[in-house]
Amino acid sequence: MKKITSCLWLILLYNGNAYTQTSLAASIANGKKVYQKNCLTCHQANGGGVPKMNPPLIHASFVMGNKKKLIQWVLLGSTEKVPIDGKYYSNNMPAQATLKDKEIADVLTYIRNNFKNKASAITPEEVKSTRVVKK
Amino acid sequence: MKTKFLFAVLFLFLIAANNSFAKSASDSIQHKKLKPDDVGLKLPEGFHAVKFAEGLGEARHITVTKHGDVYVKLSSLKNGKGIYYLHDSNGDGKADVKTGFGNYTGTGIGIKDGYLYASSDTKVYRYKLDANGKVINPDKPELIITGLLNRHEHESKPFTFDNNGNIYVTIGAYSNSCQVKDRTKGSPAMKPCPVLDSAGGIWEFKTDKENQTYGDGVRYATGLRNEMGIAWNNDVNALYVTQHGRDQLHDLFPDLYTDEQSAELPAECLYRLNKGDDAGWPYIYYDQIQHKKILAPEYGGDGKKEGGENAIDPLVAFPGHLAPNGLLFYEGNMFPEKFKHGAFIAFHGSWNRAPEPQKGYFVAFVPFKDGKPSGDWEVFADDFAGGAQFMSPNEAKHRPCGLAQGPDGSLYVSDDQGGTIYKITYTRK
Repeated sequence: MKKITSCLWLILLYNGNAYTQTSLAASIANGKKVYQKNCLTCHQANGGGVPKMNPPLIHASFVMGNKKKLIQWVLLGSTEKVPIDGKYYSNNMPAQATLKDKEIADVLTYIRNNFKNKASAITPEEVKSTRVVKK
Repeated sequence: MKTKFLFAVLFLFLIAANNSFAKSASDSIQHKKLKPDDVGLKLPEGFHAVKFAEGLGEARHITVTKHGDVYVKLSSLKNGKGIYYLHDSNGDGKADVKTGFGNYTGTGIGIKDGYLYASSDTKVYRYKLDANGKVINPDKPELIITGLLNRHEHESKPFTFDNNGNIYVTIGAYSNSCQVKDRTKGSPAMKPCPVLDSAGGIWEFKTDKENQTYGDGVRYATGLRNEMGIAWNNDVNALYVTQHGRDQLHDLFPDLYTDEQSAELPAECLYRLNKGDDAGWPYIYYDQIQHKKILAPEYGGDGKKEGGENAIDPLVAFPGHLAPNGLLFYEGNMFPEKFKHGAFIAFHGSWNRAPEPQKGYFVAFVPFKDGKPSGDWEVFADDFAGGAQFMSPNEAKHRPCGLAQGPDGSLYVSDDQGGTIYKITYTRK
């Protein structure tokens, strides 16, 4: 089995797909670090959030949904009380605009591929282009 | 010379007094021998719990009529209703009549002089009760207080009454530590903190006057971040509150506080409040390990510098982030003598201790004599969360929130995560 896996990796390396795979894995790994440093206190290690205060990220429609909206949420934070998947959360989310484009891309790629979410990666370029657009 | 000597004596006395206070405050969570109960709680020997009601959703504060019926305030509507009346008609210890009314969500509820009072996050209503303690006209309450601030953080409006026609309402600070941008690293603090003019304190209103708002009330005490537990102590005729202390010392000041320090600090405080008192938020917090009021890092503190010369001290300083959501002074005769006059506190349980394990999710007891703690606090009812150590609050099965005393001296505990109302009785005589 090990051999087959190594073979597969070699094949992947050669057809270029491997680059995407490893870069996705690297992005997720780095995103996890960014999460632990900047997000974990409120959204918790298991992504479960805090009932009534901080929204959960587990199988969350807004996490897997529109990339621009998600990026903007992180850049601007939120002081509005808006329902998320039908529930209200009262805490303010601080703007995270001081994070670098790559850090935001990685952390969003991490949450979109963790906590029972499955969605495409977000690139630093996408964060950059969202950053320049005013709300 | 004489003065110097007197000062020295006073100084020594203060140190001694400070140390004796320090002892009780410094104790971390104390678990006496508690025994598992068949509803999943752990209680002291001789105590027994039943689930008086289940399936109520976000059951916040509760009150019990002199006939033993319960009113509970919900913070999300159940079948379109925000208050439930619970009645046990066959005496088996469980409510079999559940009637909803009121189309608004909220936290506060209480009975005084023939009226049921209930709060949304901006208003307080009251309903006239009949001789059996039942609401006469559930669709037409009187609006007693209106226009209270709700900026979505610490928005609950818990309240209590004195015996002189006044109601005391918590208006929580809509902020963690009064930064320009809430909870944002690097954002400066505002000085003076503008939150305090209309929140971050306790406001006093009349119980019987309609449509009161800020101008009609008095800011009874200030510098209080979010006082979820609020109760009048009839032994000494004074107001007591329990505070949710500030969050995120490490997140906001990683150079000054470790994750571990940030999980323990600051203390969750039990205060006795006199009119005009200032507890010091946001400028200071209480450090239960150093037993000092410490200057908040947003205001130039470094974790050691003291501050708050004019701020009051807490009576009890509990470990950080346990979230004291309910306070009750026990006046019943059912429980053993040591419980009489003492304070029960419902700890909702922490979230801001992450990445450290969460704590709280229990009901604590503080013995009192003459309005002051007379011994160390202890855990009275434990395991609401469902047993083993856990990391995230959404894993908790139940979270204690409100407390009330039944006419027979039993203790009711509400839970806003599992929607259960527990009734705790003492069975060994």
